[in-house]
Amino acid sequence: MIVLRRIGRLWLVPVVIVVWELATRALGDDSFPPPSTIAGRMREMWLTGPPSRLWINDSAIANIPPSVVRLLGGWLAAALAGVTLGLLLGRSALLSRLFEPIVHFLRAIPPPMLLSFFLALFAIGPEMQVATIIFGVIWPILINSADGARTIDRQHLDTALVFGLSRGQRLWRVILPSATPKIFAGLRVSLSLALILMVISELVGSTEGIGYQLLDARRSYDRPGVWATIVILGVLGFLLNSAFLAVERRVLSWHRTAKQTT
Amino acid sequence: MRVRSLFENRVLCGALGVAGLLCLLEAGGRTGVIDPLVFPLISGVVARAATFAIDPEFLADIAATLTAWAAGLLLATLIAVPAGLVLGTMPRVEAAVRPITEFLRPIPSIALVSLAALVFAERFNIKVSVAVYGSMWPILINTMYGLKDVDPVAKDTLRSFGFSPFDVLRRVSLPSTAPFIATGVRLASAIALILVISAELLAGGSSGIGTFVLEAGGSIDALEFIVAAALWAGVIGLLSNGLFVLLERRLFRWHRARTETT
Amino acid sequence: MLEIHNLTHTYGTGPGAHEALGGVDLKVAEGELVCIVGPSGCGKSTLLRSIAGLLRPTGGEILFQGDPVERTPDNLAVVFQDYSRSLFPWMSVADNVALPLRRKGMDGRQRRQAALDALEQVDLAGAGGKYPWELSGGMQQRASIARAIAYRPTLMLMDEPFGSVDAQTREDLEDLVLRVRAKHGMTILLITHDIDESVYVGDRVIVLSKAPAKVVSDLRVQLPGPRDQITTREHPGFVQLRAEVGRLVRGRQGQAASTG
Repeated sequence: MIVLRRIGRLWLVPVVIVVWELATRALGDDSFPPPSTIAGRMREMWLTGPPSRLWINDSAIANIPPSVVRLLGGWLAAALAGVTLGLLLGRSALLSRLFEPIVHFLRAIPPPMLLSFFLALFAIGPEMQVATIIFGVIWPILINSADGARTIDRQHLDTALVFGLSRGQRLWRVILPSATPKIFAGLRVSLSLALILMVISELVGSTEGIGYQLLDARRSYDRPGVWATIVILGVLGFLLNSAFLAVERRVLSWHRTAKQTT
Repeated sequence: MRVRSLFENRVLCGALGVAGLLCLLEAGGRTGVIDPLVFPLISGVVARAATFAIDPEFLADIAATLTAWAAGLLLATLIAVPAGLVLGTMPRVEAAVRPITEFLRPIPSIALVSLAALVFAERFNIKVSVAVYGSMWPILINTMYGLKDVDPVAKDTLRSFGFSPFDVLRRVSLPSTAPFIATGVRLASAIALILVISAELLAGGSSGIGTFVLEAGGSIDALEFIVAAALWAGVIGLLSNGLFVLLERRLFRWHRARTETT
Repeated sequence: MLEIHNLTHTYGTGPGAHEALGGVDLKVAEGELVCIVGPSGCGKSTLLRSIAGLLRPTGGEILFQGDPVERTPDNLAVVFQDYSRSLFPWMSVADNVALPLRRKGMDGRQRRQAALDALEQVDLAGAGGKYPWELSGGMQQRASIARAIAYRPTLMLMDEPFGSVDAQTREDLEDLVLRVRAKHGMTILLITHDIDESVYVGDRVIVLSKAPAKVVSDLRVQLPGPRDQITTREHPGFVQLRAEVGRLVRGRQGQAASTG
């Protein structure tokens, strides 16, 4: 019953695809290939391998995992650094007064502006891509963590002090959990930013990866190829976002319910 | 005690932090701790950035970037606000469209540069279309979120006095959603700027700060050029964000005053 | 065990300053249950925060077991009024109770056992695995009392502990405090604005004046034990003492208003 209702909610998807197919066929513009052509091109690009490997071909293995690894690596490194620095700024009024203006300024720099800079610094390769991702996504995490650490309920801190929790225990058991809702909000924004930066860094400085395939398709005027890459990026973004939401739901179960009951 | 109160001053501390960072970078560059080939002397960067302020070529590039940015943001608002109002007031439509928006949203907008470059011949259109796509989402989502937050009692009150659904939308829903829309537009403005500059970097063209950086890439003191231009980009980002915050406060005040008097 | 000498505290400086405590003197002996009553906003919470070491008073001295209070002392637990903000929502009830025991050098199993024992004493034996927000208000306050019991303090401070629960739950919780005291013999300092409650629970009732707070009166409660919600409240001694405390709290307010 639930499954049927779930499927029922998706009724518009096939309708849109059919309309899209008919419209693009009627239009006959090379720039807008019909979805069937895009699907065919996607199969050619990534799914011509043997059935034992689920049809995944060498090109898919050579391009998709490196992109994902760089994306997640950069994002996780930024998360680690951002949360650490954010908690520091959030718990120290002096540090926050000294460094917050700089943080806001650095955040305001559109990360692509520094692409050429990182390119000059590291030359083409994964270092440059990861550096671009880290620089681009660290700010929402840092600022949200600082905000979360700053706005902790005083009674929670009083309780921790009265019952003699050590500094480390206060940080791990009180400040960090209390700041997680805001930290997760920052992480989520950063994850979608990381995907954007992964693509742009690969478009500029890479010899492999999904972004590189996109560049390749565009250079050879392979229009279905461009569409196919965009679709695969959409799928990747959708999967990353869904996975993140699932983790968030688990970690923050107390937060949603706690807010509902009070 | 006096030194202490000095450190309580927000502006002073911020200035101190910035000055400290600049001195540190300069000292690092002068003593050779930071290789000038890796990060140019900050005094040189600041001097270069100052010359940009009266460089007609650079100013023209900034104007070009800002024009595309403003056009993109305006179009995105014009599309996303009505769409958000429709989806926010008609749950059935929203449920049907949701799977499609959930797939479209995570597509990294930057990937569309490649597509737009194939579709549009005019560079300006590439920039604007990509900026519209990317900045549409935060506005759409904030509008929908704001509509959910509207006080149902206020709506029922108007309805009980015989006002039409359109009147309810105009007199209650829209005003109380306005602050949310404003926040969405502010978030979107940062994204639009990132996308316009990225499009300039990726699709080339003849004007814009992205192009400016690209052209500087070949020169001997390229790094100095890039970092100086990035400083300006940061200033623009800060200014536009500040402008929106100011505008939002105005809007909020009007909003608050209105709800208080009625 | 607790001595307070001429305690003063002023918030802020200059013309906007607010004088909360105007020289409080108080002595609490080992094993006593002392209730502090006063008009709302009189500085009761400031007094409690000073004793708990959460606030550094601007003047005077607090000695806890002979030592001046400079930071939060060991062997002291607090039950706050706002239980929903005092229990950590990201931990189960048992974890909330067990958390402070890390400091007592217990291993994980001992902590767990101590937490379950304490929960049983407050009739929450089955609730250890739940989260605080899954419990009713009265149950949450029981859980925070269990946390204080498990900590085995020599002094338990309670800041309007039953201020935000309904009347029935409030009576149950008052009796719970009396039971806990009888079982563990700890010293309890209970702050309340409820005159009935102070007389019903306390061995002594301290009446504070309106801010800046001073001790107006120190009354010994002599009622036959064990106390009971129905018979104690009917006792002539209870009725008379309640009237006296009430007059002291209100009278002082009226006098202050007429003179100042």
